[in-house]
Amino acid sequence: MTDSLTQITLPNGLKILLKEIHTAPIISSWLWYRVGSRDETPGRTGISHWVEHMQFKGTPQFPANVLDKLISREGGSWNAFTYMDWTAYFETMPADKIDLALRLESDRMTNSQFNADEVASERTVIMAEREGSENEPLFQLGETVQHAAFRVHAYHHEVIGDMADLRTMTRDDLYNHYRGYYVPNNAVMAVAGDFDTQTMMTRIRELFEPIPAGSEPSRLQRPEPTQNGEVRLSVEGPGATTYVQACYRFPAASHPDFFALSVLDSLLAGPSNLNMFSGGISNKTSRLYRALVDKQLAVSAHGGASATIDPFLYSITMTIHPKRKPEEALDALDKEIQRAREEKVSKEEIARAIKQARALFAYGSENISNQAFWLGYAEMFAAYEWFQTYLDKLAKVTVKDVQRVANEYFQNKSRVVGIYAPTNGKA
Amino acid sequence: MDTTKKNSLPGPDDIYREVLPNGITVLTRSNFNSPSVVISGFFNAGALFDSDEKLGLADFVTSALMRGTKKRSFDEIYHALESVGASLGFNTGVHKSGFHGRCLAEDLSLLLSLLSESLTQPAFPKVEIEKLRAQILTGLAIRAQDTGDMASMLFDEILFKDHPYGRPEDGHPETIKKITRDDLVKFQRETYGARGLTIVIVGGVKAEEAVRQVKRALGGWQVKGQKEAGELPSLKLLKKTVSKSHKIAGKSQSDLVIGTNGPKRKDPEFMAALIGNNILGQFGMMGRIGDVVREKSGLAYYSGSSLNAGIGPGSWEVSAGVNPQNVKKATDLIVSELKRFVDDGVTADELADTQANFIGRLPLSLESNGGVANALLNIERYDLGLDYYRRYEGLVREVTRESILSAARKFIDVDRLAIAAAGP
Repeated sequence: MTDSLTQITLPNGLKILLKEIHTAPIISSWLWYRVGSRDETPGRTGISHWVEHMQFKGTPQFPANVLDKLISREGGSWNAFTYMDWTAYFETMPADKIDLALRLESDRMTNSQFNADEVASERTVIMAEREGSENEPLFQLGETVQHAAFRVHAYHHEVIGDMADLRTMTRDDLYNHYRGYYVPNNAVMAVAGDFDTQTMMTRIRELFEPIPAGSEPSRLQRPEPTQNGEVRLSVEGPGATTYVQACYRFPAASHPDFFALSVLDSLLAGPSNLNMFSGGISNKTSRLYRALVDKQLAVSAHGGASATIDPFLYSITMTIHPKRKPEEALDALDKEIQRAREEKVSKEEIARAIKQARALFAYGSENISNQAFWLGYAEMFAAYEWFQTYLDKLAKVTVKDVQRVANEYFQNKSRVVGIYAPTNGKA
Repeated sequence: MDTTKKNSLPGPDDIYREVLPNGITVLTRSNFNSPSVVISGFFNAGALFDSDEKLGLADFVTSALMRGTKKRSFDEIYHALESVGASLGFNTGVHKSGFHGRCLAEDLSLLLSLLSESLTQPAFPKVEIEKLRAQILTGLAIRAQDTGDMASMLFDEILFKDHPYGRPEDGHPETIKKITRDDLVKFQRETYGARGLTIVIVGGVKAEEAVRQVKRALGGWQVKGQKEAGELPSLKLLKKTVSKSHKIAGKSQSDLVIGTNGPKRKDPEFMAALIGNNILGQFGMMGRIGDVVREKSGLAYYSGSSLNAGIGPGSWEVSAGVNPQNVKKATDLIVSELKRFVDDGVTADELADTQANFIGRLPLSLESNGGVANALLNIERYDLGLDYYRRYEGLVREVTRESILSAARKFIDVDRLAIAAAGP
């Protein structure tokens, strides 16, 4: 996975990663900006995501109704994602058509219009997007739990933002956010696929080098203080199904403990799949499945962490069995956590977690978009080396490491537990 | 570049197809760029066999296949599978049921053994069946709260009234409660068998080795008297527009599905309808429908159209998620776009754009083992020919504005639509 990789930073600060892969006539190009909901304050929540939407609304060179047609006509696939730590735009194209994507991205790094009418119509589109999410009990629960877990840090709100802010943000708010963060020195360009590195580098230089560096974007400095005592909350809503979410404090992805925790995650809840374009595997022999689902306290149990810049959460989500109480499932969860803290795991369990990770990596490598995704994604919270050495680092995890991180990170006093209590049709 | 392009499209020179003596069809394509393998397939045991009273039986059976076999317990099956990072799962459609799995190439024989045991020797352990029943019922309770699922179900009920396509394959709570373990055993014994079973293997394994492994795992499977599904009843077309809504209290958004019948996959109009549909509700930012409902009116986050064509009559539907107050407004906009589509057809530019899109995106859909496996399944299911993806560009280019207009007029009548909404 490490062949033909080239990394360079242009004088304007734009970092470029190129990886030649000649298995199919396809190139995937990704432009990543270091901006997301972590950079948002109350009154401006959801602004990064809204700016991402506005990036599809056109520039003088590529007007809105021309932009999407151009990419589609060439057989391309494109989209964008806004997350807590980053915003990413990608185009995967037939190899001989990639120039269009490169021109488009260099253009919309500086020339997006943010026309007032477009802002107005996108406001209701995004409100509709949020309403769609609000239909989901797990969105309601997850949003409330996350808010309770982060009183100070900007991870406290959902990426889509609060309805109050979606109603009031102005065109100028959005445009200023765009101008402040969409600068080459705050971006990473990652391209993988069927190209010649030298030719690709020359073209990227032509298109992106003339863009001047901007001021270093401002960052909020509001680390979350230590949580002293478990927080419990409940959310009521329609339906007949009870859900429980238990969230523990996890370190940043760049922290050395992240790897031992990944092994523990595999054991507890089945391996988390960090690939963007490739599915995961089932978790029916994980400890939590056996303790919760096999014992008929829940009908499903899943766990997972996100790779983030700042410490975030490890979330365990349980769909409670219709004949059981959420407290019964929580008791069983506590016993499993206690077991992980007190008993050493076996070497075989660690070897199994490593093999699972190796398989997930292999599945992810089939797809050029996914390989290009990793080039930039890893740069957002660490460096590409994080991805290249991931399996080696997992292989070095010891039985002692797993027990130590179980004790350090899985503590009731620093967790948030949320219960979605269905009203069963009662108002 | 040309060599890479040619090699990326499967064709007769790199797809290997063999029918085993017991009737199993195997298709394989090697990809040694990948250290992993995908297996996928289908067999004739879909929900068509289900009675109304026990609707969901076929689906219950596929869900139960891996809950224990005569050789291994539920836990042993998943321990073997998950320990090597592999996956395997079954699903159910109206006509056929299917499976999909993947593993590192070194574990292919394990995956095929598990597939074989699940298909041929499921044990349906009582305890596991009851656990599964609770899970299915919870799934149905969640479905009842999902505005998208409920709008879609209601749409099928209207469009396919008194027809098997109008029923949800996963059944209803009352039908799932009636299904016994004996029903599961009987269903598997009567409908499962090698006849009609197709297995596709794509990835880092040689064709002859893949076939050898399938023979070892399933070559000896013989079932006497394997049942055939009954004939599909004829469809009663709507005589006028039928509009229904389903209330789910406490929701923030309504889902809307509007549409009509569509072609079968093997109908001559299929490709024209597919390209027309792309212009109507997919191209760029969800086509004309997306442009009117989302881009110009800001009414929805998603709004587009889809053409669902299979063995029998399909559906051609437009869907959108909108604020409950905007259901009527969105409906009116969608119906007027359908009318424009049927009255005026598409422009030469729109057709050229979509043709280029279909031809250009083909390599993207075939870059992964899973993408190629889907392509091979399509080839087999609809008799498309091993050279289908090499001929595909020509088939796309044959479509004209006239053939799209003719397909649109054959299937879409704005005075005979099914309109379904679910929301607060």
